Order: sequence, then structure tokens, then C-alpha cells
Amino acid sequence: MQTPYASRTRSTDEVPSGMAIEVHGLTKSFGEVPVLKGIDLEVQPGKVLALLGPNGAGKTTTVRILATLLRPDGGRALVGGCDVVTQAAQARRLIGLTGQETSVDGLLTGRENLTMLGRLWRLGTRAAERRAEELLALMDLQGAADRPVRTYSGGMRRRLDLAASLVAAPAIMFLDEPTTGLDPLARQKVWDAIGDLMGKGTTVLLTTQYLAEADLLADRVVVIDEGRVIVDGSPKSLKRQVGSERAELAFRDGHELSVAAALLDDNHPVVDREDLTVGLAIDNPWHLHAILGRLRHIGLAPLSATVSQPTLDDVFIAFTESQRPEATKGAE
Amino acid sequence: MTTTTTTRRSSLVTDSRVLIGRSARHIVRSTDALLISFVLPVFQLLLFVYVFGGAIATGTDYVNYVAPGIILVAAGFGAAITATAVNADLTEGLMDRLRSMPIHPSAAVTGHVVASTARNLVVTALVVAVALVVGFRPTAGAWEWVAAIGVLSLFVLAITWISVIMGLVAKSVEAASGFAFFIALLPFVSGAFVPTETMPDALRVVAENQPVTPIVETARGLLLGTPIGNSAWVSIAWCVGILAVAAPTAAMLFRRRTRDA
Ligand SMILES: Nc1ncnc2c1ncn2[C@@H]1O[C@H](COP(=O)(O)OP(=O)(O)OP(=O)(O)O)[C@@H](O)[C@H]1O
Ligand SMILES: [Mg+2]
Repeated sequence: MQTPYASRTRSTDEVPSGMAIEVHGLTKSFGEVPVLKGIDLEVQPGKVLALLGPNGAGKTTTVRILATLLRPDGGRALVGGCDVVTQAAQARRLIGLTGQETSVDGLLTGRENLTMLGRLWRLGTRAAERRAEELLALMDLQGAADRPVRTYSGGMRRRLDLAASLVAAPAIMFLDEPTTGLDPLARQKVWDAIGDLMGKGTTVLLTTQYLAEADLLADRVVVIDEGRVIVDGSPKSLKRQVGSERAELAFRDGHELSVAAALLDDNHPVVDREDLTVGLAIDNPWHLHAILGRLRHIGLAPLSATVSQPTLDDVFIAFTESQRPEATKGAE
Repeated sequence: MTTTTTTRRSSLVTDSRVLIGRSARHIVRSTDALLISFVLPVFQLLLFVYVFGGAIATGTDYVNYVAPGIILVAAGFGAAITATAVNADLTEGLMDRLRSMPIHPSAAVTGHVVASTARNLVVTALVVAVALVVGFRPTAGAWEWVAAIGVLSLFVLAITWISVIMGLVAKSVEAASGFAFFIALLPFVSGAFVPTETMPDALRVVAENQPVTPIVETARGLLLGTPIGNSAWVSIAWCVGILAVAAPTAAMLFRRRTRDA
């Protein structure tokens, strides 16, 4: 990476603790409602962390605290070694943010937005214009570059928003659901851009609802639910725990369904009484074979057995549900 | 990391310049807002001069009496536009991005204030021009004009800062513009349109102790030669006082206020 965009940025190499992002016991309430109940996480420089969790889990709140936009009630958050509360000004030099809601100027054109930000980052007018051009090309927005952003479609706005957070080539990027609402082609563009960042050694914290996306991009996955971390690990280990694939067995009627569900209870079956199906996590093909063997043993033949990749739903079922009693029991 | 006074100041100047340019583009592109901020006061001027003028006894030609007040009303309408623009940044726009960047904390509001003040002064000049056409006959010499423009500019600057704060505090764009229309109504509870002696006692106390009355007295005195008394100093004290409180408050609010808290 060349350094022309660095006059207002600083590299994270000099950080003593060595972590690009460090969060300890972070808490935040809105009024009486506790939203974060003690979040801990760490990201090494140059790594990508995916933050997963159901709606309302506290992902956006965490990201906004890390991006210096919200003050935490308790705990500490450091980005590039700078405390986001007491050293917010230094922290801001290191970070780029693509929020869940786009944050661009609707009355300006896409090009004007990017050029303005470049000038605020002290690139100089000419360099800011060049950088804008590069980013418009990267995000495939050249055709709309000179239209007011107000007239952009939702996906175009998101891509411009992502471009806007890349203007200064920040050392640490926060991306809150960067691909939500994008068509497959645009999603691929965004993934490419994130891949590019990874190649340049940028640290990325992204939130997403797509496990496949986390799988593709992330070195590490943290699942939060109700303001707590419930899982922290590599995508591989996560999938190993959830079951790398998912089998769905369909049955003829409710009775067969109940019998099968009872028999396979130790496999955490997800029973759908509407579709008359049982969903199960499977670790390998032999596992499916064994399950089918158990059904045959009691003379029960499913109508069909289909195998699919795990989805975020499966992660939630495996982790959120099974962990929830423990989480409430061990209130810190 | 050392942050010296000079680099802070230069970052304020540079950042503000970029953001003033942005606000100026907004103003030019929101033609309807611009038009309304001009048409409304002109319409009011005509209404007062031709409809109410005959019924209100002020001892002078009513257009002369009322023109300075209309000019202040024009500034008030301008303030509503400013508050709306600031709030739109907050609720649907750029503010979060700016707040996550290492820009000077005053630069974003300064951008709005400078561009809005400039817009307001242009609109004011146009309203004065229309007033001249319908019979406003100032007796002021060059220095009185300069002084009058100075006092009005100070007033415009002060209420622009207030409207920025209203824009930052309001929960929605509608509320922001509602707040600021309150400023536009201030001149009506002052000596701008009718002499305060004609008002009920309680109202008169309010009217005589709010900033618009001394400012309008000062403007009237400078432009038409009526007695000024201590109004000029009271006006300046009001405006400087407002600026001294409003500017740091706005910078603090910019850092604190977010779209969701
Ligand atoms: N300003 C606010 N005032 C009150 N409650 C809030 C505020 N902001 C967020 N919350 C609440 O905090 C909780 C966490 O919100 P947050 O936006 O962090 O969730 P999220 O994990 O990003 O969810 P999603 O997947 O829907 O984006 C939610 O219950 C939400 O209602
Ligand atoms: Mg969110």
C-alpha cells in the first residue's frame, strides 16, 4: 500500500498490546434497558472478525461504540491501542465506518461526496479527486457519479457509503451489515473490496446475517445474543460445533414425525409440524448414514432426505437456545 | 501525539472551508427553500404595508416603521431553514460519518453557520430592495448604513447559531423547523410592528426585554434617524452573549448528539 493518504491516519504497528481492537466488559443501556451486558472481544491486526447475532443482539451498538459515536456505560474499548472514550480523537484517525444506515450527503453527487471526504482527510484537492475516481470505479458507480445521491437506489447508496469509508485507506474498518440489500453482483464487488483490504493488512470488524459471508471473509467469528458473547471461534470450529451440514428428513404424517423427533432427540432436531420435517446438524456423511440406520432399525422410512449447508439459523439454534439458560443463570 | 493551538486552528479553517462549500451547494440546490425564505418576508411586507398599514397608527409612514421588522422576520425564516438542514444531516445524512472522522468539532456547525448567514444576508438585501420599491425611505448616510448592516449581520449570525442548536436538539426535521419558526415569530412580540406601549402590561414587559426590540430600535434609528438611546449597546450585548454561549454549545452537541440518543 502506498502512503499518500496517510497524513491524517496512523499505522497500528506501534500499538503496544498488539491487538487492533480490544473490548473488555463493555456495557451499555438505553434508558433502563441493558443492551450490552459485558462484551469481550479482540481482533489481531490484519484479521477479519465477523460479529453475528439475531436482530437486537447489540451488534450495531457495539460497532457504534467502537467508532466513537456512542459512549459506553462501562468497560473499555480500544482501537489501535486508543481508548475510544478518552482518546477518541486519535482513534478517529485510524478507523473507517460503514454504518448499518448509510451516512452520505443526499444533495451532493457521489463524486462530490467522496471528494469532500478526501479533502477533510487532507489528501489535497487533486488527490481527493483522483481517489474519488478510483473508488467510484471500485464500487462500479461511475455511471451515477454525477447524480445527486438522493436519486440513488438503496444498493447504490450502500456501495457509495462503503467507498466513503475507504477514502482514507483506514487501518481499521467497521462494516455494519455491508452487504444487506445488495444484489449478488454488487455483493461480490463488496466482498472483493473487503478481500482487497485484507490483502493490504487492514483490520476489519464486520457484522452480518449471512454465515456464508462470515465463512468466506472472517478469520474469527463472534456470536452475540442479548448483549453477551455466546460463541467465539474460527468459522471452522464454529461449524464443527454446529455440524458442518444440515439434513432435512420429511415424513408422511404427524405421528411418524413425532416418533422420529423423539428417537433423534439427542441430535437437537428442529421439528417443523407444518412441513412435517425434522432438521438435524450432521458432521459428516457417515453421521447421516447412522441416523438413517436408526430410523430403519425401528422400521420408519422418511419420504426424503436432503442435505444442505448450515445457515445462520442453525448456528442460533445450536448456540443461542442451548446457551440461553446458562447465560441467564450466570448473570455477571 | 501533540495537538498544538496552530494545528487545531488550521484544522478548523481547512475543515470549515470544505464544509462551508458543501452547505453552499445545499443552499443553491434547495431552490424551493431559498425562494420561500425570500417570498415569505416580501409577502409579509406587502401585507403590512397595504393591508394593515392604514389601521396601525405609529406616527410615521408605516412602511418606514415596519421595514426594519420585516428584515428581522426574514432572518427568522432563514433560521428555520438552517435548523432543518442541520437536523437532516443528523437524522438522515452525513453527521455520523463526520463524527467518526478526525475533523475539528466546530467545523461541521461552522459550515452550516457561515453558509446560512451568507444566504440570510443575501435574502435580507433583496427584502430591503423590495421595501425601497414600495416606499421605504431611509435617511441614513454611508456610515449609518454600515452600522445598520453591522448590527443586522450580528443578529443574523446569533440566530443562525441558535437555529443550529435547535437543529441538533430536535428529534425530527419537522420539530426542528417548528422550533425555529418560533424565532421568526419573535419580532411580532416586539416593537417591530406596533409600538410596545400599545400592548398589555405583561406582554409589554416581554416585548421590551427581548433582543428583537432593541435591535429593531437600533436599525430604525440608524436608517431613519429616530432616537436610539442605549438600544445599540443592548443589542450588541444580546448578540455577543448569544454567540458566546451558542457556539461552544453547538460544538459540544455535535460530539454528543447522535441520530439515536
Ligand atoms: N437509541 C436507542 N434507544 C433505545 N434502544 C435502543 C437504541 N438503540 C438501540 N436500541 C436497542 O438496543 C438493542 C440492540 O440494538 P442494535 O441496533 O445494537 O442491534 P443489532 O444487533 O445491530 O440488530 P440488527 O440485526 O437488527 O441490526 C435493541 O433492542 C434496540 O431496540
Ligand atoms: Mg444492527
